[in-house]
Amino acid sequence: MSIVDSAKQAAQGLVMGALQKLVPLAPDSWIPGGKPDPLIARKHGLIGKPVSRLDGTLKVTGAAPFAAEFRFDTMVYASLAYSTIARGRIVAIDTQAAESAPGVVLVMTHRNAPRMATPPVFGTSVHAIGPADLPIFQDDRIHWNGQPIACVLAETQEQADHAAALLDISYAPEPSITDLAAAKAKGLEQGLFMGQPLRNSIGDAEGALANAEYRVDQRYRTPRHNHNPIEPHAATLAWEGDTLILHDASQMVTQQAQSMADVFGLKTEQVRLTSPYVGGGFGSKGLWDHQVIAAAASRLAGRPVRIALSREGVYRTVGGRALTEQRVAIGARADGTFEALIHTGLSVITPHNNMPEPFILGTRSAYAAPNLLLQVEIARMNMLANTFMRAPGEAVGTFALESAIDELAVDLGLDPVELRIRNEPEKDPTSGLTFSSRHIVKAWRDGATRFGWDERPAVPGARTEGEWQIGMGCATGTYPYYRMPGAEARITLLRDGDNVRAKVEVAAAEMGMGTSTTTAIVAAERLGLPIDWIEVGYGDSAIPGAIMAGGSQQTAAIGGAVIAAHGELVAALLKLAGNDSPLAGLSANEVGSDEGGLAKLDDPSRRESYASILTRARRDSVSVTKAGSMPLEFMHWSMHSHSALFCEVRVNQVTGEVRVSRFLGSFDCGRILNPKTATSQFRGGIIMGLGMALMEETQFDERNGRIMNPSLAEYHIPVHLDVPEIDVIWTDIPDPHTPMGAHGIGEIGITGVAAAVANAIYNATGKRIRDLPITLDRLL
Amino acid sequence: MSLIVNGTEVAPPADPRVSLLDHLREGLHLPGTKKGCNQGACGACTVLVDGDRILSCLALAVQYDGRRITTIEGLADDDALHPLQTAFIEHDGFQCGYCTPGQICSAIGMAAEARRGVPSVLTGDLSADITLTREEIQERMSGNLCRCGAHNGIINAIRATVAAEVAA
Amino acid sequence: MTPFDYARPTDLAEALRMGAAAGAAYLGGGTNIVDLMRERLAQPSALVDVSTLPATIAETDGGGLMIGAAVRNTALAEHPVVRSRYPVLARAILAGASAQIRNMATVGGNVLQRTRCTYFYDAEGSSCNKRAPGQGCDAVGGFNRIHAVLGTSDACVATHPSDMCVALAALDAIVHIDGPLGQRTMPFGDLHRLPGDQPDRDTVLAPGDLIVAIELPPLRFGASSTYRKVRDRASYAFALISVAAAVEMDGDRIGDVRIAFGGVAPKPWRALTAEAALRGGPATAQAFRDAAAAEFADARVLRDNSFKPVLASRTLAAVLGTLTTGEAA
Repeated sequence: MSIVDSAKQAAQGLVMGALQKLVPLAPDSWIPGGKPDPLIARKHGLIGKPVSRLDGTLKVTGAAPFAAEFRFDTMVYASLAYSTIARGRIVAIDTQAAESAPGVVLVMTHRNAPRMATPPVFGTSVHAIGPADLPIFQDDRIHWNGQPIACVLAETQEQADHAAALLDISYAPEPSITDLAAAKAKGLEQGLFMGQPLRNSIGDAEGALANAEYRVDQRYRTPRHNHNPIEPHAATLAWEGDTLILHDASQMVTQQAQSMADVFGLKTEQVRLTSPYVGGGFGSKGLWDHQVIAAAASRLAGRPVRIALSREGVYRTVGGRALTEQRVAIGARADGTFEALIHTGLSVITPHNNMPEPFILGTRSAYAAPNLLLQVEIARMNMLANTFMRAPGEAVGTFALESAIDELAVDLGLDPVELRIRNEPEKDPTSGLTFSSRHIVKAWRDGATRFGWDERPAVPGARTEGEWQIGMGCATGTYPYYRMPGAEARITLLRDGDNVRAKVEVAAAEMGMGTSTTTAIVAAERLGLPIDWIEVGYGDSAIPGAIMAGGSQQTAAIGGAVIAAHGELVAALLKLAGNDSPLAGLSANEVGSDEGGLAKLDDPSRRESYASILTRARRDSVSVTKAGSMPLEFMHWSMHSHSALFCEVRVNQVTGEVRVSRFLGSFDCGRILNPKTATSQFRGGIIMGLGMALMEETQFDERNGRIMNPSLAEYHIPVHLDVPEIDVIWTDIPDPHTPMGAHGIGEIGITGVAAAVANAIYNATGKRIRDLPITLDRLL
Repeated sequence: MSLIVNGTEVAPPADPRVSLLDHLREGLHLPGTKKGCNQGACGACTVLVDGDRILSCLALAVQYDGRRITTIEGLADDDALHPLQTAFIEHDGFQCGYCTPGQICSAIGMAAEARRGVPSVLTGDLSADITLTREEIQERMSGNLCRCGAHNGIINAIRATVAAEVAA
Repeated sequence: MTPFDYARPTDLAEALRMGAAAGAAYLGGGTNIVDLMRERLAQPSALVDVSTLPATIAETDGGGLMIGAAVRNTALAEHPVVRSRYPVLARAILAGASAQIRNMATVGGNVLQRTRCTYFYDAEGSSCNKRAPGQGCDAVGGFNRIHAVLGTSDACVATHPSDMCVALAALDAIVHIDGPLGQRTMPFGDLHRLPGDQPDRDTVLAPGDLIVAIELPPLRFGASSTYRKVRDRASYAFALISVAAAVEMDGDRIGDVRIAFGGVAPKPWRALTAEAALRGGPATAQAFRDAAAAEFADARVLRDNSFKPVLASRTLAAVLGTLTTGEAA
């Protein structure tokens, strides 16, 4: 981090800190969500009904266009060369052979790249999403093994790839830190997340632990992970004059466009970025070096460019989840209630970014304990900047915490479900805030019954079938409700004869979560129109506002913006309706949408259809744009989603192979808007969690900082045969303080899963594995 | 000589380095077949060649001179989706949709193999007819990775359509 | 990928003539060599496509099988004679790769596939004696969980990745070769070589040599054979270890036995020591473990792969237990 950026983060931290002191004290009614969203009360209609994806036909026919599938006339193809040292300088790049290779249009290195600003690093402004505060192709410095250092443009991909291999690069290596022990030896720093320290201390946790009747105190380790969306990162782009047209794979469309504008010194409107379909992201589909390099090379060559990273290129240039080493210690009374809860440890970052894997986040609100000590410290290594990956913090933090709770349950001779319920807090244990909606006990009870938890063998190793030992385990998952500022919605009503269609535009991203479908459902209900008459626009920087498909907050952010825009629309329509309308004299807050028009809320017989209002006003359309309210609700209430996870595993006594035979996720995530896509989101998270539990690890060679399995053949993710039928249920109890009563559900699924698997393996075998992944050699 | 792609004769690429996958996507502008790894590790590029499923990323296009290639773009009739395509929508057998064309082509090839009696590593009696149990389908589809985690929906869609036809 | 010429000969003679040219390489299904060329681990100046040469599976007079080198892996696995008389081969093929790859890969190409050592694959950033003799081996001090414990040298610890070849080793297959040196045959066990100080040479084949067929001799007890593969996920992964075995009982003693291991050595590892220890002895779990212990007595383990001898021993015992008692695992 530069000093300036650190200062920005610190200032941001101060503002956040001040808000967090004041917002809890405000009356509920001042806070967004203080008055429940009227849609929560609506029992009929589409919300809660399974709706198939509206983009389904395009996707099953191969007609949905992804970033590397747009075309420009005279387009050339890019290929990158990557450094093979972790730190140092480029001494020379001999480009002669590459430049004279067939089809080559340009070889770009730091020596001939245009001058560009460093992308603003994540967290330094609302739009800043740079992975690190490192200049791109501006000097001879090498900061990680795998850094892109040259770009070849050629008429075909084959020609570009071949020419890139002809580059002759020499380096002057400098001392680097690529092993964890050396990084730790240089000293640890307090981790900061969104400008605030990852540390909570309440009471005397170490003292209470020492005096506790029952104690567990263990170390858990999780390795580096990569997102591995099946679509590799890609962009197809062109300069039209001084305007950059960029078809990208992005889960943060507006921010990415703005960051590109910042890098090239352009006005916001000089970058047009579209991203209608994204082939998976999980936190990785943001701004990385390749878009900047391709845009620079395109400008230099005067040709449109397609840059489609190879799978290895994705591993070399798109960061993943950092490793963690965690300590969880719990001191408990004989009845299981906690006296002390300690969750501390370290993660790693680079000298140039600030995203410590925040593994204590979920622990902050998880369990009641009078004495708490939570802390994330960081060590710095010379490596590719790590980044957000599905449930950053919670995904790995819950592995340690929920494994330790299982260990305590064994020591106490208590059912682990019961142990968790006994430590259910009445209010948030660290913030002291009231919970907005917390029905985790119901999730546990419903899940236990459905899974048949009472059939769990009481003693490890008690159940076998042939070579297989069978066991059950459970764990809690958790992820917060967020809603980020900046979201806007544009609603346009279009008269079509006697009917009115609506176009709802949000600057959101759709990576398969079902956002476009769910937005259509919610808009249809909000506007009182059939879903077939709703068109949803998204994935385009020309749409106002900034929404991010991250932090499981996109649905809430869209929901809040659509609420605001709808209020604006009602006001605009009342104005158009004038004095001849049955609605004459009513104010906007007395009127709502209902069955194709507006109606007085407490007297629906006073109504007029949209078509009638527009016709009388001689208008074909009406359009409004409005930003959502300031998202203060999650500083006023403690707002979290939870899951109760149940897992059955089979462990082969001969080979140590583990097969997950059954899995149930019982979720408490507010109201479920579309059960069909929600089920897929939950299952998807759980399956990524199964991979994390059993097979996923990015192999980082500590001798030189090189990733050694940059391939889907050697980085294992679950295949069809690894995935059992996954049962998913939910409480469906609306959160009264969120748009639609819903919570985002993109990340909760992965949390807790690794612990549920590890705990089941313990129940099957009596072996407690505290390091991920739990590969078969650990069980021999 | 020529390749026959979705019933249409097309010329092979002049450069023998061009894979069948890149020829489809970049040469013939048929990007429905996806590039996930370009090294035979993900299955996203699966197409049917004379009815057999193969990985188009490991196939040099020139090697497929004279062969009949069917891609995702060639499955639907003009006015109706292939039943498996419909089932994928109904069973939510995808999220991002990127592995989907490969999954669908693969499942069609798998059903043909099962009809022909090709065993799998899970098949107990190697001389018996093939019964496409859930596990058999899972094993036979394991060459197609999905990262969104749509596995249950994919298998359910296959069971409801092409696998059911094998049993019948 | 370096530019190359593509040629599709119409018969064997033309193929051999083209293949004898300097810089030429044969192309089967392409599932390995295309990847190697893309990774710049192979840079032939010409590819001679032998995948369309006539390829049949024919029964030999003695009751064995003659398998054309261009036969696809799936075609071999689904062949009725393979399924009934050589189930170990069918199961080994079906345990490998994915259905799509098995539909493409030829028998000859499968035999000649190269290691999956990640340092071998990292042409830009890692040292590898197999790729560049004398460069050094980064695998020895790095990630080596998938690496070999038998038959290694100081120069190379990479494994041969094929499943099919493990079965062929157990079945005493015979390799039929044609090329500049003329037609000849050799035992399958002699085809692949141990690395020694020349790890870049995987086989004893001379430049221009083409494998034209693999012959399976008759095996009286071939029907009593199987293949078991242990890997890091349920399917579509290379073996950590695998066992191919065939057993013939003589009363309650082991009459004859064939064993080969995959994932433990730079070549498909025929376990002659274990076979000798078992032949004529009792079919007990102890005997199976003792035989494995004898086979792995000289194992040299590395940082991450010390589990392999244990895993191999346990897996062998389970496989032999199944074959000798007829009980499914």
